Amino acid sequence: MRDKIQLRVYRGDASGGETKEYAVDTYPGMVVLDAIREIQASQDGSLACRWNCKAAKCGSCSAEVNGKPRLMCKTRVEEVYDAAGVITVHPLKSFPIIRDLVVDVSWNYKMAETIAPLSVPDDVPRPFRMQQADVSRVQEFRKCIECFLCQNVCHVLRDHNRKDGYYGPRFMVKLASLDMHPLDDQNRREFLHETAGIGFCNITKCCQEVCPEEIKITDNAIIPSKERVADVYYDPVRMLLRRLRRS
Amino acid sequence: MEAYETLKYDVLIIGAGGAGLRAAISVCERGLRCGVVCKSLLGKAHTVMAEGGAAAALGNMGEKDSWEVHFRDTMVGGASLNNPRIVEIFAHEAIDRVLELEQYGAVFDRTPEGLISQRPFGGHTYRRLNHVGDRTGLELIRTLQDKAVSLHPTFHMEVTITSLLRDGQRVIGAYGYDRISGKPIVFQARAVVLATGGWGRMYRYTSNSWESTGDGAAMALEAGAELIDMEMVQFHPTGMLWPPSMRGILVTEAVRGEGGVLRNASGDRFMYTPEYTPERYRGKFAESTEEAERWLDDKSANRRPPELLPRDEVSRAIYKEVKAGRATEHGGVHLDVSHRGAAYVKRKLPAMYDQFLHLGGVDITREPMEVYPTVHYTMGGIRVDPETCASTMPGLFAAGECAAGLHGANRLGGNSLTDILVFGKRAGDGAAAFAEATDHGVVDPDQIAREEATLNAPLGRPAAETPATIGAELQEAMQTDAMIERTEVCLSRCLDRIHELQQRCDQIGVEGGRTYNPAWHAARDLRFQLRLSEVIVRSAILRKESRGAHWRTDYPNMDPDWGRRNVVARMVNSVVDVDTTPLPEMPEHLRLVMNEGAK
Ligand SMILES: Cc1cc2nc3c(=O)[nH]c(=O)nc-3n(C[C@H](O)[C@H](O)[C@H](O)COP(=O)(O)OP(=O)(O)OC[C@H]3O[C@@H](n4cnc5c(N)ncnc54)[C@H](O)[C@@H]3O)c2cc1C
Ligand code: SF4
Ligand code: SF4
Ligand code: FES
Repeated sequence: MRDKIQLRVYRGDASGGETKEYAVDTYPGMVVLDAIREIQASQDGSLACRWNCKAAKCGSCSAEVNGKPRLMCKTRVEEVYDAAGVITVHPLKSFPIIRDLVVDVSWNYKMAETIAPLSVPDDVPRPFRMQQADVSRVQEFRKCIECFLCQNVCHVLRDHNRKDGYYGPRFMVKLASLDMHPLDDQNRREFLHETAGIGFCNITKCCQEVCPEEIKITDNAIIPSKERVADVYYDPVRMLLRRLRRS
Repeated sequence: MEAYETLKYDVLIIGAGGAGLRAAISVCERGLRCGVVCKSLLGKAHTVMAEGGAAAALGNMGEKDSWEVHFRDTMVGGASLNNPRIVEIFAHEAIDRVLELEQYGAVFDRTPEGLISQRPFGGHTYRRLNHVGDRTGLELIRTLQDKAVSLHPTFHMEVTITSLLRDGQRVIGAYGYDRISGKPIVFQARAVVLATGGWGRMYRYTSNSWESTGDGAAMALEAGAELIDMEMVQFHPTGMLWPPSMRGILVTEAVRGEGGVLRNASGDRFMYTPEYTPERYRGKFAESTEEAERWLDDKSANRRPPELLPRDEVSRAIYKEVKAGRATEHGGVHLDVSHRGAAYVKRKLPAMYDQFLHLGGVDITREPMEVYPTVHYTMGGIRVDPETCASTMPGLFAAGECAAGLHGANRLGGNSLTDILVFGKRAGDGAAAFAEATDHGVVDPDQIAREEATLNAPLGRPAAETPATIGAELQEAMQTDAMIERTEVCLSRCLDRIHELQQRCDQIGVEGGRTYNPAWHAARDLRFQLRLSEVIVRSAILRKESRGAHWRTDYPNMDPDWGRRNVVARMVNSVVDVDTTPLPEMPEHLRLVMNEGAK
C-alpha cells in the first residue's frame, strides 16, 4: 500500500461548491472513512460527514467514492485509489446536499411513515410458531441497514427524480418483508401498485448490485412482488417476463 | 440572547436507541404528546451495532431456565453490586418484552419447534440469548423504530441536547441545537426521559460510536441528579486488534458462544489455567478441553468452556497473558472458530465473517482472529428508582445504558438489549404518569443564556486548542491510567491530566460556521466527556477493593464491606463530590432465590 494518498473531497452546500484536495498518510487497513476522519482531525475539523458504527452495520457513511456509491467504512483505500494515489469522494447525488458529504435523506423517512406495520390476527396463538425455512427470506430483507445506496442508484429516482411516484428499492424490500412474513394478514398489493409505484421499476438490477448487505433486491423482493401485484393489475414488465418465460 | 424556537411536549425523550424508542411507544400508547430527540438519523443509534442477542429466560432450548436462574446469574456476574429489585423486575419482564418485540415484527432465528432460538453466552447458566444471527441490535432497533413511527411521536433527528432546564428543583425541559442548521431549540416538557446511552468514547480503543460521549449522564449530574457505580467500566475481552484502523471494533461474544476458543502465542488454551477461574465459579465450567469439546454437541451433560466466564474475568486473563509475554504478533491473543467449519461459521456469524474478511483481511473460517480487550459498556450511570426509572431529580427519568443499578460491577452479555426493553417501557410509563399529574413549569431565561454562551464560545475564537487534540489526549490518559489494571498512583495521575484538559477546554476555537460543523459539535461533547471522566476516576480512587470490572492491584481482594456500598457522585456547589451510599438490602424472597443456586 502507498504511504500517502490524495483525497479529492466535495466541499459545499446547496448554493454550490468545489472539490478540495487533501494529502493523507495511510496506515494498514485504512478505509475511506478513516481518511476522512484524519482530515477532520488534523486539517479541517469542519468537514461534514455522517458515520456511527465504522463496521458496516448502521448505514450512515454512504457516499460516492470515485463515482460509485459505497459505504466509506467498508471501502479500503487501496481498493479504490488510482495509479497516482487519488480517491474522489462526493455526496450521494440523488438527494439534496446539506453540506459536504451530508445529504438530506428525510424523504425516505417520510415514505416509511406511510407503510402499515405488521398485522397479525388476534386468533394466532402467542408466542408465535414459525419455521426457520419460512422466515429466512424475510430475514434477508430485514438485513437492510438503510444506507439508501440503492435509492441513490435507482434511475427512477436518480435520473427521473420520480420521488412523487416511486418509493424506490429500499421500500420494495421493506414491503416484501412484511408481505412475506408468515403471519401478516394485510393485502399490500394495492398499496404496492397505487401508492408505492412498483410499476416504475423496470428491473435493471442496479440497486441489487450496490447493496452492501447483499440483499437480492430485484430478484427476491421486487420480482415476486410484481408477480403478486400482476394478479390484480397490469404491469408491462411482468407481462414481458411471462412471455419470455413461456417462449 | 439569540432567538430560539420553543417546542412543547408532555414527555420529552432524549435518545432514540432501544431504550428511547421503547419509552416513546409507552408514552404514545397513553395518548400523550411525545417528542423524541437524537443526535444521528433514526435507526443509527448505538443499539444498531449489538450483535449477540437479547437475554431472557424463555427456556426454548429444553433446559430448565427460569427468571430465578437469570436473576442469580445477573447478580453473580455483577459481583452482587446490583440493585436486587431492579434485577428482579428485569429477569421477570425480559421474557414479556422479547415476546412483545416478536409481535411488533421482529423475526428471530427459530428452533426446530418453531420457537425463538437461544444461544449460550458468558455468565448465563443456560442458552438464553434470543438472536438473529449476529445482527440482533439491528433487528431490535428497526422493529422498535417501525412500531414507534406508527404511533406518531414527533422525531427530531440530528438535534443535540446540551443542557437540562430546571424550574426550582424540577426538570422541565431541555436546551439543544439542530446539528444541520446550528439553530438553538428549547424543549418544554412535563417530564423528561434520558436514554442517551453510554460513554466508551472516553477511551482510545472502544467498540462505541462517536455518539457515546455520555452527554445524558453528565447533564443529569449537572442538573442535580445522582450518579452511581461510575467506576464500573466494562472491558470486553475481544476487540479487534489488527489492522490499526479496526482496533477496538467488537468481536461478538457469540464467537465463543458458538465454540470459539482462546489461545495465547504458544497455542495454549490459557483459560484452563485454574487461577483464571475465581472461587465463586469453580466447578461450573469445563476443566478439560475434551469436556468443552463434548459440550458443543451435548449442552446438558457437559459444562461450558471457561472461555464463557463473565467478561471481567476473561478480559483480565487476556491482559495477564499479554503482560506475561505470551502475546501474539500485535500484542493480543488468538480467538479461533475455524474448527466449527466454514458453513456453520458463515450461517451463525455472517457479520463477523464479513467484517474480518473485508476489513481485517482474515478469513475466520480458516484462521484465528487476533483480539485484545476493548472498552465496551458503562455499568454506572444515573441512579434510578426500580419501579418508575425516576432519577433523584423530580421530572427526570432515565433508562438504558445511561442508567445504573441493573448490572452491578459487571454486565453479562445480552443483558443490555433486554435492559433497554424492560426499563425503556418502565421509564416511558413512569414519565407519562408523572406528566399526567403536573404542569409545564416555567423556563428560566438565565439558564438558556448560560448554556448559549458555553455552546457558542468556540465559534470564531482563535484556535489555540482544537477539540480533536484535547479529545485525543483525554482518550490517551484514560486508556493508560483508568483501564483494566488500576492503582491509586495511576488514577491520581489521570485525574491531574483531566483537570489540566478541563482548563484547556476554554481555549478551544473552531473554524467554520454553524451548519453541520463537526468540530463545533465535538467542542461541546468534549465537556461532557471530561466531566464524566473526572467522575469515573474519582469513583475509582474511592473504591479501595477489586470487584467486577474494577481491578485495583493495590487492593487486589474483594472486600465485604465495600460489597455493601455503591459509590455515588453528585454536584455540590458546582464541584463533583464522590461518596458512598448503602446498597439496597436484598429482600428475603430474593435471598432464598440466591441460596437455591448455591446448593
Ligand atoms: C458493538 C456492540 C455490540 C453489542 N452487542 C450487544 C449484545 O449482543 N447484547 C446486548 O445485550 N448488548 C450489546 N451491546 C450493548 C448494547 O447495544 C447497548 O448497551 C444498548 O444498545 C444501549 O441502548 P440505549 O438505548 O441505552 O442507548 P443507545 O442505543 O446508545 O442510544 C443513545 C441515543 O441517545 C442519543 N443521544 C445521546 N446524547 C444525546 C444528546 N446530547 N442529545 C440528543 N440525543 C442524544 C443518541 O443519538 C442515540 O439515539 C453491544 C454494544 C456494542 C457497541
Ligand atoms: S431494479 Fe428497479 S428498483 Fe432497482 S434500480 Fe432498477 S429500476 Fe430501480
Ligand atoms: S436494501 Fe441494501 S442498499 Fe438499499 S438501503 Fe437497504 S442495505 Fe442499503
Ligand atoms: S459508519 Fe456505520 S455503516 Fe459506515
